[in-house]
Amino acid sequence: MYYFRKWSVTHSRKLETLYRFFEPVFMALHPLWNTAGYDRVEKPVRIVEKVVKNLMFDCQMCGQCVLGSTGMSCPMNCPKSLRNGPCGGVRLNGHCEVTPEMVCVWVEAWRGSRNMRGNEAIQRVQPPVNHAYKDSSSWLRVVRQKSATSQNEGRP
Amino acid sequence: MILRHESHHHPLSEKAGHHSHGRLERVLRAGKFAVTTELAPPDSAQAEDVFELARVFDGYVDGMNATDGSGAHCHMSSVAMCALLTNVGYSPVMQISCRDKNRIAIQGDVLGAAAMGVSNVLCLSGDGVQVGDHPEAKPVFDLDSMSLLATIKTMRDEACFLSGRKITSPPKMFLGAAENPSAPPFDFRPHRLAKKIAAGANFIQTQYIFDVEQLRVFMDKAGEMGLLEKCFILPGVGPLASAKTASWIRTNVPGVYIPDRIISRLAGASDQKNEGQKICIELIQQIREIAGVSGIHIMAYRQEEAVAEIVRQSGVLEGRVPWYPGCEDQECLEANL
Repeated sequence: MYYFRKWSVTHSRKLETLYRFFEPVFMALHPLWNTAGYDRVEKPVRIVEKVVKNLMFDCQMCGQCVLGSTGMSCPMNCPKSLRNGPCGGVRLNGHCEVTPEMVCVWVEAWRGSRNMRGNEAIQRVQPPVNHAYKDSSSWLRVVRQKSATSQNEGRP
Repeated sequence: MILRHESHHHPLSEKAGHHSHGRLERVLRAGKFAVTTELAPPDSAQAEDVFELARVFDGYVDGMNATDGSGAHCHMSSVAMCALLTNVGYSPVMQISCRDKNRIAIQGDVLGAAAMGVSNVLCLSGDGVQVGDHPEAKPVFDLDSMSLLATIKTMRDEACFLSGRKITSPPKMFLGAAENPSAPPFDFRPHRLAKKIAAGANFIQTQYIFDVEQLRVFMDKAGEMGLLEKCFILPGVGPLASAKTASWIRTNVPGVYIPDRIISRLAGASDQKNEGQKICIELIQQIREIAGVSGIHIMAYRQEEAVAEIVRQSGVLEGRVPWYPGCEDQECLEANL
């Protein structure tokens, strides 16, 4: 919902804190996910993730969340799916070129990112979207990847 | 006279520290004030139509951008236009818009263009399909302007596709990107420039500038951030045909902002078209004085024939004659070795 989406950007710093707390908890549950099987927990986790993030960010379930780098404004709501910054067509009132009634998601992203501790993250060049991840859980993907990296650390 | 079937193209010699074999990069790296312009592609299947369009700029520009479905309208493709122009020795800038092609098609086009001798690309996101003549088309946007830059940089510098698969002979491209200092979020724009440079941009062409003060603020910030040594910046300008056209552009073309004072100046002139060109010349002269500006990009849609005179009157070439087919100026020929 548009109202909540704007609320999330305004409260980007609080959400960043929440995410920072939430991530280790999710990470700590890795043995549980692993035992149950990531494939088996994918569906219930995805459903929860979709409901929560859809409400708060109008999440499009790209499966590779970058909200931490975009001021808690979901770039997949940009009609051009721009993940690295605004296009040159932003209207003078800060609204979108394609959807004039909507504030540009990158005007919002810049606003949100200014409140965040990790406000430099917006400068990270994001790779192109992996369309194979569409409609999958980004949370589980992060846990899976981070656990794999930490397990591999120290190996020759 | 350009003979359509006779190829004059021979790659220029390689230069140390240059990314491409192209003339535009040479002019910029030599510290000369570069002039580029925009070539509106024809709605035709005639090669001669392309040459005819290009000829009006002969001796006044160092590069011409072949637009890629600009304004989301269908025209001759930029890759084909660039191939034709390169074939007779011009130095076109191939615009690539992410709106119409996915990563597979784009990377293929880059290789093909490089094989035909194209050495400059401008990476753009592209206008939305809603402004064009096919509003019912599917917008692709598989990549964005930033990831497109990073992709071609990878192809050029690491000789591999996005997939990691090897390229046997990498495309030697001089990489360009666009910026719009006149569009919100204003504070973000210099940072976005930094990001484009990080992604691979070697040169920047901007959207139309009508507010020089705003550009100066942007350039000052870019200077503070140490960006001006890392890329060449060519601000965009263009002549406005009349006050009515200016008002129309301001309302209908996304990202173009024309201050009221310019529109009233045009409205008050007896010859509005001439006044529009005068404004353009003044803008070029003011912009040239800004630290870090390496050249100018003149977009004169439907006034292409005015570009030569604008460049001449602005005095920015300082007697230099950019190369063109059949050019006999000694300095220009030497620069072409």
